[in-house]
Amino acid sequence: MDTVIGVQYKDGVIIAADQANARSILIYQSNLDKIKQLTSHSAMGVSGPNCDLVQFTEYISKNLQLYELRHEGTKLSTKAQANFCRNELAVALRKGPYQVSALLGGFDLTTQKPSLYYLDYMGTLQKVPFGAQGYAQYFTLSTMDREYRENLDETAALDIIGKAIHELQSRFLIKQNNFIIKVIDQDGVRVHSQGADPADT
Amino acid sequence: MSYDRAITVFSPDGHLLQVEYSMEAVRRGSTVVGIQGKDCVVLAVEKRATAKLQDDRTIRKIFSIDDSTVLAFAGLTADARVLIDRVRVEAQSYRLIMEDAPSAEYLARFVAEIQQKYTQRGGVRPFGIATLLTGLDPPNQRPVLYQTDPAGTHSRWKAQVIGGNNAKSLREFLEKQYTADLDEAAAVKLAVQALMEVVDSGAKTMEVCVVRTGGKREMLSESVVQSTVQVLEQEQQAAQQQQQPAE
Repeated sequence: MDTVIGVQYKDGVIIAADQANARSILIYQSNLDKIKQLTSHSAMGVSGPNCDLVQFTEYISKNLQLYELRHEGTKLSTKAQANFCRNELAVALRKGPYQVSALLGGFDLTTQKPSLYYLDYMGTLQKVPFGAQGYAQYFTLSTMDREYRENLDETAALDIIGKAIHELQSRFLIKQNNFIIKVIDQDGVRVHSQGADPADT
Repeated sequence: MSYDRAITVFSPDGHLLQVEYSMEAVRRGSTVVGIQGKDCVVLAVEKRATAKLQDDRTIRKIFSIDDSTVLAFAGLTADARVLIDRVRVEAQSYRLIMEDAPSAEYLARFVAEIQQKYTQRGGVRPFGIATLLTGLDPPNQRPVLYQTDPAGTHSRWKAQVIGGNNAKSLREFLEKQYTADLDEAAAVKLAVQALMEVVDSGAKTMEVCVVRTGGKREMLSESVVQSTVQVLEQEQQAAQQQQQPAE
C-alpha cells in the first residue's frame, strides 16, 4: 500500500514516498519519512511493514557507515550500495525475510553520475531510469514511461513526479495526502518538499 | 580449540611483566601529544622518517572511529589496526541500538576493556599500544581527551603524551606549560611545541588533528603547522638572545 516513486535526471535522482504508516484499516501515523538517507549522497525509499522498514534501513545505513570508516576516504558507489542491499535481502530471504521493497538513488562523486536502482523483497535488483513500488506501479509507470527522456533537468524530473502523484491522487482508491520528496545530487541529499513534518514533536 | 595456558601471569613481587613489557613496546612507538582546549582537543603525532620507496600517505596514526571520535596510538601498528576495527564496529552498533552517538568515555572504556581482557586470557598477549582518544562529552558536546594503556586502564586527561622515549619529560613540560581554557590556536601551539622537543623541526615530521565542539574535525594542513613551527622557533631564538646579555 506504500507508494514509492523515483526518477533519475541528468544531475541527480528524485525519490518520493507517501507518508502514511498504516495497517489494515488503521492509519497509525501520517508523517512518516520512508526515504532513509544511507550515505552522504544516497537515499533509499522503502515500502513494507514498518518493523522491517526500520530494521532493514538502519542496518544497511550503519553498515555502509562502518564500511566508509573502515576504508578511510573511500565512498561506496551507488551500484555497490545497491548490491550490498540486494545481498542482504537475498540472504535473509531463506531465513527471516525482510518484506521490504525499495528504490535506491545515489549520486557518485567520482563519476559525477546519478543512478537509481529497483530492489524488491525477493532479492531483485535492477538499474532503472525511473521506477515505482507498490500499487503505485500500476498507476504511475505508464505516465513516467511517457514523460521520461534522457538528460532531464531537475525541474522536468520534479514535474514528472508531480504528474505521477497527481495520477495516484485521482485514481488510486487509497487517499495518500502527504508525500515527502527528496533530491539526491552533487550536494548530497535534501528534502524538496514534505506533506507533514516527520519530526516527532 | 581454545588455549587455556595463560601467558600473562604475576611475578613474585606482584608485577604483570607481560603488561610492563608491552608498555616498553609503546615507548618504542612514535610520540603522540593530546591537549584539551576550551572548545577543542588537539592531537599531534610524530611522523617518523619512512623509507624512500615507501608511500608515506599510507602510514597513518590518526584514525576516525566515528563521526565525532578520533583515535591516535603509540606502539605496534598491527595491534592498533585490530583494536581500531573493533571500536569502529562498536560505535556503529551503539548508534544502531541507542540511536545516539557513543560518548568518548564509552568508547575509551570499550577499548580499555578489550586491552584488559587480553591480559587475563589463555594463549594471548597484551596489545602493544596505548591510545589517545578524543570524542564528545554528551551534555555539552565539548571534545574531551581519554587515554588507554596496555594494562587496560582508561582515564581522562587535560594534556597527555604517549609513546617515544621522552614521554616522561614531555609530561613534565606539559604540566608546567598547560593552562585551562586554551583557545584553539594556543592549544595547537602547545601541542606543536611539545612535539618539537622530540622531532626534527619542521612540519613534515608532524601531523596535527583538531576536534572541535559539535564534532567537526580537521587535519591541519602542512602550511598551518609550518607557520606555527616558525613562530615557535622565532620565540625560542628571541628568548635565547634575551638571556645572552645577562651573562
